[in-house]
Amino acid sequence: MAVAGATAVVFAAIGSSSASAVSTSASATKKPTKQCSTSLKVLRPHYTNPVPKLAGASDSLSGAGSTFVNPIMSIWSSTFAKQGTKVAYQSIGSGGGIAQIQAQTVDFGATDIALSDTEAAAAKGGPILHVPMVLGAVVAVYNVKGLANGLRLDGETLGKIYAGQITKWNDPAIKAQNSQFALPDQSIAVAHRSDGSGTSAIFTDYLTKTSPSWTAKLGGEATSRGKTVAWPVGIGGKGNEGVAAVVSQTEGAIGYVELQYAIAQKLTYAFVKNSTGAYIEPCVATVRAAVDKGVFPADLRTTVTNEPGPLAYPITGTVYALIYQNQTDEGKAKAIVNYFSWMLTIGQNFPASINYAPMGSLLQQKALLQLGKIQFGGKPVVKFTIPKAKKK
Amino acid sequence: MSASGQAAAPPPVTVGAEARALSRQRPRLGDLTFRALVSGSGALIVAIFLAIGIFILDEAWPAISHYGIGSFLSGSRWAPSEAALNLEGKNPYGILQFVYGTVLTSAIALLLAVPIAVGLALYITEIAPSLIRRPLAYVIDILASVPSVVYGFWGIFALIPAVKPVANDLSDWLHSIPVVGPIFAGPFFGPSYFVAALVLAIMVLPIVTAICREVFAVAPLAEKEAALALGATRWEMIKLAILKRSRVGIFGAAILGLGRAFGETIAVTMVIGNSVLGITTSIFGQGATMPSVIANEFTEATEPFHLDSLFVVALCLLVVSLIVNTAGKLIISRVGTRIA
Repeated sequence: MAVAGATAVVFAAIGSSSASAVSTSASATKKPTKQCSTSLKVLRPHYTNPVPKLAGASDSLSGAGSTFVNPIMSIWSSTFAKQGTKVAYQSIGSGGGIAQIQAQTVDFGATDIALSDTEAAAAKGGPILHVPMVLGAVVAVYNVKGLANGLRLDGETLGKIYAGQITKWNDPAIKAQNSQFALPDQSIAVAHRSDGSGTSAIFTDYLTKTSPSWTAKLGGEATSRGKTVAWPVGIGGKGNEGVAAVVSQTEGAIGYVELQYAIAQKLTYAFVKNSTGAYIEPCVATVRAAVDKGVFPADLRTTVTNEPGPLAYPITGTVYALIYQNQTDEGKAKAIVNYFSWMLTIGQNFPASINYAPMGSLLQQKALLQLGKIQFGGKPVVKFTIPKAKKK
Repeated sequence: MSASGQAAAPPPVTVGAEARALSRQRPRLGDLTFRALVSGSGALIVAIFLAIGIFILDEAWPAISHYGIGSFLSGSRWAPSEAALNLEGKNPYGILQFVYGTVLTSAIALLLAVPIAVGLALYITEIAPSLIRRPLAYVIDILASVPSVVYGFWGIFALIPAVKPVANDLSDWLHSIPVVGPIFAGPFFGPSYFVAALVLAIMVLPIVTAICREVFAVAPLAEKEAALALGATRWEMIKLAILKRSRVGIFGAAILGLGRAFGETIAVTMVIGNSVLGITTSIFGQGATMPSVIANEFTEATEPFHLDSLFVVALCLLVVSLIVNTAGKLIISRVGTRIA
């Protein structure tokens, strides 16, 4: 994308709607750039709910899984409780969520990565639907003296840093993308997650898609992505806070954390190159834009990193609800439809307040259509159609 | 004293004697309940312990029978992501580096903590004025009750920045010396075996001090007085009458401290750097311990044999801790009987 307009970005930020300029000036980073629109339309999509509210729904639902989704899940549950159904969510990790839905001990599971074929086959209750709920981003953060937000990195450079093949901040590969920064002759201290984590899964998925060096170093695509990988270099920190602690205390460190954590902790972060060649600032608007242009498989079992779209932030992930297609309790089935149809429409207004992103309408509608597949006694629990979007 | 006082009580009344005889023949309901409750809780503890052991073994069994226990203990590379690739291949779950990390950090911790604990205990039992004695003992007990996550937090945000210049200097001075050098090789980033050991040292200090205090307190007064009467200085008295016969007790205290250090999880996880791919020779390098890898990985252990292998680690930890604790208890009880 056009990088030429970079110097004028402070003024351009308020201007036209085309997505061309990228903020590179350190002084400009405090102001929202054009990429990071703070327009309420972007932050709160106000989707209308085409699914009728079903009567006779159970007054409680239980879910378990992803810790990544827990903050927004608790907002959803507490808001939705006013509609008569209490949702108890156990934030025990995706692995636990998968195990519990397989064993049918919860009404829905939540996972940061879609089920593998073996995992899906191990489910006691038959076929499982994947319903994307929300988007989150993983941000590359660093601690280098004199470096503000906006160091530009492409996937291959990040991959080589994490493979231990780029070890200095003034490496030609970093320099070539960052003529605006004076890069020090300093060793890079690499920080990664030590606990199995969806954050790692999203990050390594991006590296695998964009960095041949990373993928080769990790022994091929089968082992170069996942919640735990065999990190060739670096310091392992437990949780976002562990990685953030290493980064904030070690000069020359680089790490990756969830977007809301980077913002809350005021860590300096990189703009990462996306599939259209633009360097994208991580923020709610660019994360939401990540699912605007992609092609998704019918069962939605995919990842949403490195998606097309000029404004798409590339290290983006979604969290899936896991729901049995064939429900065994009518009240529960109705409650599930009520809760998730609300979450995927009205509920999408909430994520931006805690720096998760609402889903762009392309993925949001596909998620909603999944609910139409839910059955009880061989019949769909609800029938609905999604009205054609109004032209803007 | 109190027993002899009872024996000398006023002449027995016949009714009382009759009642006593009666109770001997027919135990009352209260006695029976009490006996059942007490022996029940004893049996319960044993049952719980056995249940835990059997459960862990049972959960670990699929991995043990698939890969063989030897391949766990001989490998030092833990790479769960590689398990699915080649299920019949080499065991990707080596655990030797965790045993190494646990033993190394605990050993350094004891090396640092035991001398201080002995000094502290001696000060409290022998030297400190009685005005200071109690508050000091109290402070140490409080140190023992600080939750370990707080130690971990403090380790990350206070200890690491404070240790950094010292560790860097140490590394600069020592790293080029042959043989010893690699142990102190830099760079020191912060999270490391060394910092984990420092945090552990502070955590085991209270328990080692408390037991040393008990051990020193049972040193016979007569011997101490005898030593002083023979013209010994205070140091000579401590050396002859206390330290000499407390050696085994100090050792036992250290072993119990070791048990505490072995099992410490969250504080260590926060400051050790969590490198699971092998054994790092430098104490300034990153590593992992048996508890830390379990705490890190169990929530998302989704690879084949991943969770089972974490149970193998737990089993290994249980066995090691059991041996250490039993040894400590045995040694301490020996001291007890010898003094009595």
